[in-house]
Amino acid sequence: MTGATRLADLKKSYRLGFHQPESAVFKTPKGLSRDIVSAISHHKDEPEWMHDFRQQSLMIFEQKSLPAWGADLSGIDFNSLHYYLDPSDRRSHTWNDVPAEIRDTYEKIGIPEAERRFLAGVGAQYDSEIIYHDLKKQWEDQGVIFVGMDTALKAYPDLVRRYFGTVIPPSDNKFAALNSAVWSGGSFVYVPAGVQVSIPLQAYFRINAANLGQFERTLILAEEGSSVHYVEGCSAPIYSSDSLHAAVVEIIVKKGARVRYTTIQNWSNNVYNLVTKRMLVEEEGVGEWIDGNLGSKITMKYPSVILNGKGAKGEVLSLAFAGPGQHQDAGGKAIHLAPYTTSTITSKSVSLGGGRSSYRGMVKVAKGAHGSKSFVRCDALLLDQLSRSDTYPVNIINEPDVSLGHEASVSKVGENQLFYLRSRGLSEAQATSLIVNGFIEPIVKELPLEYAVELNRLINLSMENSVG
Amino acid sequence: MSKSLTIFNLKAETLDGKSILQGISLTVKPGEIHAVMGPNGSGKSTLAQVLLGHPEYRVTGGRILLDGVNITKLPTDQRAKLGLFLGFQYPVEVPGVSFSQFLRLAAKEKLSPLTFRQLISETAKKLAFNSDISSRSLNEGFSGGEKKKSEILQLSVLKPKYAVLDEPDSGLDVDALKYIAETISVLKPFPGLILITHYQRILHYIKPDYVHILVSGRIVKSGRGDLADQIEKTGYEKFTSSK
Repeated sequence: MTGATRLADLKKSYRLGFHQPESAVFKTPKGLSRDIVSAISHHKDEPEWMHDFRQQSLMIFEQKSLPAWGADLSGIDFNSLHYYLDPSDRRSHTWNDVPAEIRDTYEKIGIPEAERRFLAGVGAQYDSEIIYHDLKKQWEDQGVIFVGMDTALKAYPDLVRRYFGTVIPPSDNKFAALNSAVWSGGSFVYVPAGVQVSIPLQAYFRINAANLGQFERTLILAEEGSSVHYVEGCSAPIYSSDSLHAAVVEIIVKKGARVRYTTIQNWSNNVYNLVTKRMLVEEEGVGEWIDGNLGSKITMKYPSVILNGKGAKGEVLSLAFAGPGQHQDAGGKAIHLAPYTTSTITSKSVSLGGGRSSYRGMVKVAKGAHGSKSFVRCDALLLDQLSRSDTYPVNIINEPDVSLGHEASVSKVGENQLFYLRSRGLSEAQATSLIVNGFIEPIVKELPLEYAVELNRLINLSMENSVG
Repeated sequence: MSKSLTIFNLKAETLDGKSILQGISLTVKPGEIHAVMGPNGSGKSTLAQVLLGHPEYRVTGGRILLDGVNITKLPTDQRAKLGLFLGFQYPVEVPGVSFSQFLRLAAKEKLSPLTFRQLISETAKKLAFNSDISSRSLNEGFSGGEKKKSEILQLSVLKPKYAVLDEPDSGLDVDALKYIAETISVLKPFPGLILITHYQRILHYIKPDYVHILVSGRIVKSGRGDLADQIEKTGYEKFTSSK
């Protein structure tokens, strides 16, 4: 196809898409170009500044090389991907398109039928919509905004423009640039000063297929003294026929505010999962990431906390589960820019069946951030001889008056632990999953109950498949 | 078929070929208490581990029958399911695994979580457990005495047909020993019990029906309960030198 016909096609589909968004299909052709990026922006009827932002980001993306460190990304063919698909078209898969093993897993972990279809990108909505509407009313009464990013851009243009891309600029890394150029979907959350949101905001409830997009963009803004817990993803495997997921999550925690962001993701094992997540925490604020990574082919994800005000606290809890053919390169970053700031990074990884997990972390203390403290703990559990675990910690400390701790352990599932549990009548698979679940318990206990339950079931299932 | 745990001419070695059990024969009937005594290094703990099939040992001869079923080659968990229990000399810590959750999974009798917790807490009280054991991780951070009590608590809840207790008394103070002994002696139904001990201290509380002296992987002497008293006076030397 020539460039000209491609563009003609694009314009045609764009026109159709624009006039009849409910029924028509809008999908950009394979590959990336200025035209494609413009088409996405126009299709979504975006303001000029966002269009320009996307174009600039595309240039940065083209200039930047792939990271020279971390997992092997040479398998990504940027020209073979579709970068935008109208969300209304995502439902056009049928249940039969979903791979049998994924359907089977849903059944085994007991996900309700309607929910399964949603997770597989087949269904559109299900019964939780009613619950969602009730909660929505509560939030609105408090002045809390919780909408899709695309909606936010139209409904709250000033807020979005002021903060979008300020914590993670497109120049941060190649995948942040890519996301900035082609993003769609994701959430926008605004919590007014002093408001405590008692029930976790769950992306899960905000049911629409765009939520599961490849390049979603999330921005959370917690004003002074407010608090919110945002939960996204789910531990059941998410089937995606798209092979690249590059999301960006930016969070701003103002003075004395508190934000916790919990993610459990379990992409199907064809997916490159390359996500940039960062939280800017002001004076006496608290920012917490709880980040669980299962599935995917390769994950590279290092949720970061930038401690920008005196006494700010940051915490990263990272959990990685690497099965056969998977490489989980995960960890966390803490950047101390102000005095008396505190960070904790806890990483737990489990590798089995030849899977590989790496801890990659950075603690940076800037000059003047005196009296700061950081503690890093990474533990790896290997279930067999084939699996692998590495740690790559980096500390950059430019301030003498700090306290820094680091503990790391690698353990194999011990013969004595197995023998002990089996001597009580537990099968090898039962014993192994108990040991694994015990190992990750410090992180699982921080999860909302339904996620913890699903995660346990899922891990038991992986054990049965690999041991039995 | 006679109900018994029958060990017949059992021989075992370590994986690198060091012979430890040199042909042990022993028959334990339900309700009987057999004390197996012997000096350090005589193979007492190995006997306990081999009975449950520890992967560090290889059986090179003989048989183990549980109520007539040959379990010599069965996986550890199947032996346990048939009703064999091992009280560990050094109970293993399994971090993050809740004690009650683990034990409920292991228990044959499926009680409701609440009833089960009550059962645990009652038994824990008898053993004078200071803290709420249900909410703790399996043996994690337990003191030496708590670990021993944990084994007896499990024994008491799991109700096996036969139990091998490997030095349940070592490292315990007098009070802990008393609680453990009392809990064992009221087990219902009372299992066939192999009580492995280095000292006869616990035998003051739990009177054995039979005593076997194990030296260098062989039972060199068997007798009634009074054999233990004899050892208390003379020590093992008489048996080790008579070889």
